Amino acid sequence: MAKKKKEFEQHIFYDWCKACGLCVAFCPREVYGRDELGRPQVVNGEACIGCRFCEYHCPDFAITIKERGASGNGNGMGGER
Amino acid sequence: MSGTGAGRRVLLQGNEAIVEGALAAGCRLFAGYPITPASEISELMSLRLPAVAGTFIQMEDEIASIGAVIGASLAGVKSLTATSGPGFSLMQENLGFACMAEVPCVIVNVMRGGASTGLPTSPAQGDVMQARWGTHGDHPIIVLAVSSVADSFEITVHAFNLAEKYRVPVIILSDEVVAHTRETFVLPGPDQVEVVDRMRPSVPPQWYKPYADNSRGVPAMAAMGDGYRHHVTGLIHDESGFPTQRGDEINALVRRQFRKITNGFFEIQMTRSFMMEGAQVAVIAYGSVARSAKRAVRMAREQGIDAGLLQLVTLFPFPRKDVDQVLRQCKAVIVPEMNMGQISREVKRVNRRCRIITYNRVDGQLITPEEIFEELGG
Amino acid sequence: MERIEQLRHTYLRHDKKFPHVWCPGCGNGIVLGSLIRAIDRLGLTQDEIVLASGIGCAGRMSVYADFNTLHATHGRALTFATGIKLARPELTLIAVMGDGDATGIGGNHFIHAARRNLNMTAIIINNQIYGMTGGQYSPTTPYGAHAATAVFGNLEHAFSIAELAVTAGASFVARGTVYHVPELDRLLEKGIAKNGFSVIEILSNCHTQFGRRNQMGDPVTMMRWLKEHAVPAVKAGDLAPESIEGKFTIGVLVDREKPDYLKEYERVRAEARQKAAEAKP
Repeated sequence: MAKKKKEFEQHIFYDWCKACGLCVAFCPREVYGRDELGRPQVVNGEACIGCRFCEYHCPDFAITIKERGASGNGNGMGGER
Repeated sequence: MSGTGAGRRVLLQGNEAIVEGALAAGCRLFAGYPITPASEISELMSLRLPAVAGTFIQMEDEIASIGAVIGASLAGVKSLTATSGPGFSLMQENLGFACMAEVPCVIVNVMRGGASTGLPTSPAQGDVMQARWGTHGDHPIIVLAVSSVADSFEITVHAFNLAEKYRVPVIILSDEVVAHTRETFVLPGPDQVEVVDRMRPSVPPQWYKPYADNSRGVPAMAAMGDGYRHHVTGLIHDESGFPTQRGDEINALVRRQFRKITNGFFEIQMTRSFMMEGAQVAVIAYGSVARSAKRAVRMAREQGIDAGLLQLVTLFPFPRKDVDQVLRQCKAVIVPEMNMGQISREVKRVNRRCRIITYNRVDGQLITPEEIFEELGG
Repeated sequence: MERIEQLRHTYLRHDKKFPHVWCPGCGNGIVLGSLIRAIDRLGLTQDEIVLASGIGCAGRMSVYADFNTLHATHGRALTFATGIKLARPELTLIAVMGDGDATGIGGNHFIHAARRNLNMTAIIINNQIYGMTGGQYSPTTPYGAHAATAVFGNLEHAFSIAELAVTAGASFVARGTVYHVPELDRLLEKGIAKNGFSVIEILSNCHTQFGRRNQMGDPVTMMRWLKEHAVPAVKAGDLAPESIEGKFTIGVLVDREKPDYLKEYERVRAEARQKAAEAKP
């Protein structure tokens, strides 16, 4: 039986986000677009594979990747909206 | 002579007495860099400290030496460095950090002929104003001067106690003569020495404010590793230790750091009078020159001249009260110094009507009793 | 709660203003995140960690992290750390400095701390410029690059921080970048765990001061430069020299055993005690 594809939520804490563009530019699945202020905006959430590149590279701790359905024991970084 | 006996008479060199005084006061770390005429302090510390569970380290320069001293004090260990003019100049920036972060520590400056390389093996007193104002900005500091081997022990203990009590660096000014002269004196036993430790916080960690004001203006000090995690910085900071640019907080910090010294003025101010009763002419001197002055005053008295000596042990904060009293009592005051006139400027600053006679010797030789005796009209 | 939330909640100081002061996209924030993950994985308690930092952009890191923190004078963080380590050997000492802070004004202390090999970790964030003060060239600014004080192109040649540390005697030396973050986590973890002087040089981006004057004016461009110019140290040996021209190696460069300074000093204490006992009348 094919393993059910994991799904992830991308939480961006806009109070801390400085719209540096790193997450948008380096996301391997192009999950993020940029809004009118240049801030990351989830445009393709389903494509996310939970690699947490954005979480690890966000200089401002503003991104949290949550595995949908998991009990929140993700091995990367989490965050509140 | 090693090991602190219980009240035994010992023959020690000035530099060695500083080491014994530091150990008696609870100093358990020394970081220094070789320099004439202070190296004996490092050498004896490298022998004595490890024997009392302390730590000696020779650093790569004087900047690193005082850096290590500050670090050790922040970790709760009383620490000392010793140097001379050139090294003392290098230490100034970190000395300023110790003033700003209110880190108790003791810095010995065995003065030699200056400026620059100057006269490495000759006594001088040319670093007095540097000891007060060497580091930049308004800062509190205490400067003491030792004149004998017994002084070198007693004043070093006093220096550590003041550093701990007021959370301030204390400079001990010695000079090549005091440092290298051997004298006998009674070395008190450990239980005969009063040792003061910094005030530790009484509140639990989550309420601890490392720079909170109180009646004395001296905040309680937690050591790194005690569970009182806090921030220490050279930036102007608020009561919780974090940098601030708010005018009211800047004002509060700077003025508290001055107030804590003026609060303790009468305890910090230390002078010694000799034959001042009925004196009409007085000598105000410090360090090794005070020894010559003592002899000169005795010679003058034998000639029927009403002379007296006020020896300054505390140079800064300047002992204004005791000096003022001498200036009022006497018609003339002589200020002999092995520099071009430094403490004499402070005496003139507080003087009203007394005649001030400066006597300045800068040729690398000690001022002799005869020279002072002559100034006294002998 | 997600692990990052737990990390953020535990290790970032709650009473400090976030977002932090560094420019949008600055690598310093990435290093702080990596450092926190490394410390968390090592299971060290916050009370046993001392984070000392120097002066400069990297120097502002200590104020944000909930450890025993110290913001020392410019170039002198390692000397303060030496004093703390000697006074309280059980503490874990970590010093964070910039390239100018550690190898410019602090160069003398850096090579001697490496030579002395006291157990502490030096994290040097190398963004090849003096950022805080406005983009003056530093000891690692490349030859020919532009800076606020090298308007006509830098005529000085950079030295390499990691290789300098190896020569000076550090027992663990590694180089990482703010692009290769999972590896950086591992390097920091190894360096902190190592008993001896550990140096982790971290190539980072200063697009505001360095990038802007050298055709790399935004964080993404500089991050790509870091990605494309890094060569794993293990592979560098069998690559053609010209193919790694102008590139740098990342990974562990040296991991060797050297006597523990404080264990050696324990021997000194024993001998000194014995000598003092003999001398007593």
